Amino acid sequence: MALPQAKLDATEARLAGLTLPEGGKWASDARTQALARVRAMGLPSRRDEYWKYTRPDTLTAPETPEAAVFETDESPVFDGIDSVKLYFVDGVFDADASDDPALAGVEIERLSVVSGTDIHWAKDIFGVLEAKGQDPVARPLAALNTAFATDGLVIRATGKAERPVALIYRHADTASDAILHHCIRVESGASLTVLETGPVAARFNGVTEVDIADKGTFNHVRAQGRDHELRTATHMFARLGEESAFKSFTLTMNGVLTRNECVIELTSDNAIAHVAGAAVGDGDFHHDDTVFITHDSLHCESRQVFKKVLRNGATGVFQGKILVKEGAQKTDGYQISQALLLDDDSQFLAKPELEIYADDVACSHGSTTGAIDETALFYLRSRGVPRADAEDLLVLSFLAEAIAEIDSEAIADDLLTRLQAWLARRR
Amino acid sequence: MNVMDTDVKDGVDRETVEAVKGLSGTYKHGWSTDIEMDFAPKGLNEDIVRLISEKNEEPEWMLEWRLDAYRRWVKMTEPDWSMVKYPPVEYNEQFYYARPKSMEVKPKSLDEVDPKLLETYKKLGIPLKEQLILAGVEGAEDVDENRKVAVDAVFDSVSVGTTFQAELKKAGVIFCSISDAIRDHPELVKKYLGSVVPASDNFFATLNSAVFSDGSFVYIPPGVRCPMELSTYFRINAENTGQFERTLIIADKESYVSYLEGCTAPMRDTVQLHAAVVELVLLDDAEIKYSTVQNWYPGDENGKGGIYNFVTKRADCRGDRSKVMWTQVETGSAVTWKYPSCILRGDDSQGEFYSIAIANNYQQADTGTKMVHLGKRTKSRIVSKGISAGKAQNTYRGLVSMHPKAKNSRNYTQCDSLLIGSECGAHTVPYIEVRNNSSRVEHEATTSKVDDDQMFYCRSRGMDEEEAVALVVNGFCKEVLQALPMEFAMEAQQLVAISLEGSVG
Repeated sequence: MALPQAKLDATEARLAGLTLPEGGKWASDARTQALARVRAMGLPSRRDEYWKYTRPDTLTAPETPEAAVFETDESPVFDGIDSVKLYFVDGVFDADASDDPALAGVEIERLSVVSGTDIHWAKDIFGVLEAKGQDPVARPLAALNTAFATDGLVIRATGKAERPVALIYRHADTASDAILHHCIRVESGASLTVLETGPVAARFNGVTEVDIADKGTFNHVRAQGRDHELRTATHMFARLGEESAFKSFTLTMNGVLTRNECVIELTSDNAIAHVAGAAVGDGDFHHDDTVFITHDSLHCESRQVFKKVLRNGATGVFQGKILVKEGAQKTDGYQISQALLLDDDSQFLAKPELEIYADDVACSHGSTTGAIDETALFYLRSRGVPRADAEDLLVLSFLAEAIAEIDSEAIADDLLTRLQAWLARRR
Repeated sequence: MNVMDTDVKDGVDRETVEAVKGLSGTYKHGWSTDIEMDFAPKGLNEDIVRLISEKNEEPEWMLEWRLDAYRRWVKMTEPDWSMVKYPPVEYNEQFYYARPKSMEVKPKSLDEVDPKLLETYKKLGIPLKEQLILAGVEGAEDVDENRKVAVDAVFDSVSVGTTFQAELKKAGVIFCSISDAIRDHPELVKKYLGSVVPASDNFFATLNSAVFSDGSFVYIPPGVRCPMELSTYFRINAENTGQFERTLIIADKESYVSYLEGCTAPMRDTVQLHAAVVELVLLDDAEIKYSTVQNWYPGDENGKGGIYNFVTKRADCRGDRSKVMWTQVETGSAVTWKYPSCILRGDDSQGEFYSIAIANNYQQADTGTKMVHLGKRTKSRIVSKGISAGKAQNTYRGLVSMHPKAKNSRNYTQCDSLLIGSECGAHTVPYIEVRNNSSRVEHEATTSKVDDDQMFYCRSRGMDEEEAVALVVNGFCKEVLQALPMEFAMEAQQLVAISLEGSVG
């Protein structure tokens, strides 16, 4: 079907300001194909069903909306976690500031270097998982990313990584517009943890493609936000091998617009995928979690746990889908999305979907929205807890189910401390 | 059918499977009546719209209303967002008006109605006689006076007759065909028609607004509790004929009515179109119970033929403390596209939606509800049970919207799907929009075979496996079956036939 003229125009306007990066044949082919996908789909617009609850215009506009750099003396998230630290400034890798990426069992290269080579293992991942993730729902921003991303990391774990790899982002220019693309391969039986933290840029388009081989394990924990005016759209595409495990957790605090899409395909038996998120927003905050999990094999388990706390007119969005294809028997799919609205101006918009073509499955989803439980509040106050403390306690207990999805206690504690501080600042 | 024969999963009782299978395998109402008909020429254009209006002896304003809708419709495109797939409908290959010849001069009473038509309804179990209640209930003759049901029978494009009109008139209730209402009560029709579902609402509603030929009209005056249940029975008989009925029910202040709707069609190889609009208006403290047993011909086991059922049903709870309850048992139709909705405008108004949707063979159902909370302290409850078998696809699609001013409102949604066989699909597409924090919204959905925990519980109480399954599956639909008026509950239970009582204990 031909795209509407307005959409074509908006797409071409954005593309006009971008140039395809140079590279080896495989990388150039991937980029050219991605660009063709963008043109075929058109960039998202308000009228698209998939963008019903989130306005994409500032994410697709030719000019970058500015975002002030937020100065803080707070230590960066995950600072205390023993990890290999790799820094990016406004979406550009900063080799001088970073640790030596020679971590046992993990190969780390820059996409800008890798894409110049004639042949590289990343060829089977770069743009490949993204292209696959375009069906049945178009994700044009991800294709745009594949076409134009110049930087990013290409990481391969061949054994059990000793320390997590931490990607630490710094936002320095108020008008920075970053497109980052990471490719991750976890080989058979290997395991890897990737941490991401910090504000990337005023506007950020991020794609991470994760390919997990049989019995591989991938853990991902991300702390987003901090700067208030950030606009972020991220996509994570994952393909899971037999008996492999994928776990991802995202904490979002602040950010005028954040959309995190997670697209997971369970194509081999007995794999596990958990995606979770906690978001706290105050005022001009729009946070969208869009998850699409496809079960296409036997005995797989997927779990989505998303919690949002919203105040002063903040908006939370959840679009989650479990698709169980024909023959994907013994699937266990679970999905919960909950919002706590701290005042009357905030809103939560959800579309939790199930699409199931196999009969021997147990799939469920739940979604609730409401205010702080007055009875619980009364109970705490009657035990002498001041109102503000009691409210914070109840907010934290509401978020606990999502935070419990993080395997590492040290990381969970770190995030919990940040959440407490965030709440305390808003007394 | 072979899928069902060979592939009975553990935990799903054979009897259940047989029962579901029986639904489509033996469509009981698939015969047709051989009767001389008057058709409007095939196809759709302004002249057809004029012709329908003329046949119904309508005033000028009604014709203008229809033409306006028609002109809008030609510019609209058919919606494609639902999870149903069907070959394009040839709107110009349908007849938009079909009337039994004998109805050319409208019979003054039931005694004058063509015996062939009366016979048709008798065969369907709907005797158009005033001494009998709606059939399907054994020993109907012994039933007491209070269980009367007034029936408006619609055959293809026209209303054949309406029973108990005199008795209803005594109570002040108006119950007649919509074409009579346009002539006899233009002030009410003008005021309310299209006020809930405007002519521009959606593709199918707009089509209906242009070409609706008949349907039922109900007005319950203030303070009146309708003395009997009202019912409309829709029958499509003629081939290649679409049925476009329009129902308008107005419950004035402090009134109450329970309304039943049934529908069947003959078995034919070609698909037939049914695009209805139902509008309910509720003023202060009014209550309407609207129950449907939809049993249109679903097509054969290879997916050939059947009715395409595109229906727009909406209730507008304008008055404070008004209450509407939609109950539907959807077993028929090749394609169902239907979302009975509630606009909860009045403070403290309530909307309820209970649905069982069964899809077998190649049937596709995309059905659900919208609960739009506008008034303060409004409440809604959604209970949807979907059962898929064979190669069928069954989708629940719903919207719960809490507007900023709908303080202290409440919604509870539960949608459960049961899958029987490995080639069918069950889907849930809820939209939840909460725009204030004093309201609570809860949504739960499950898709499964028979629940293991429930099975375990029953087994631990000493039931054998078969009894346990019978109990669990029975329970799966019961919440909805219980919401139906007695007469329909009987018919629905026979239809669903999943009630396995009697085999327990």
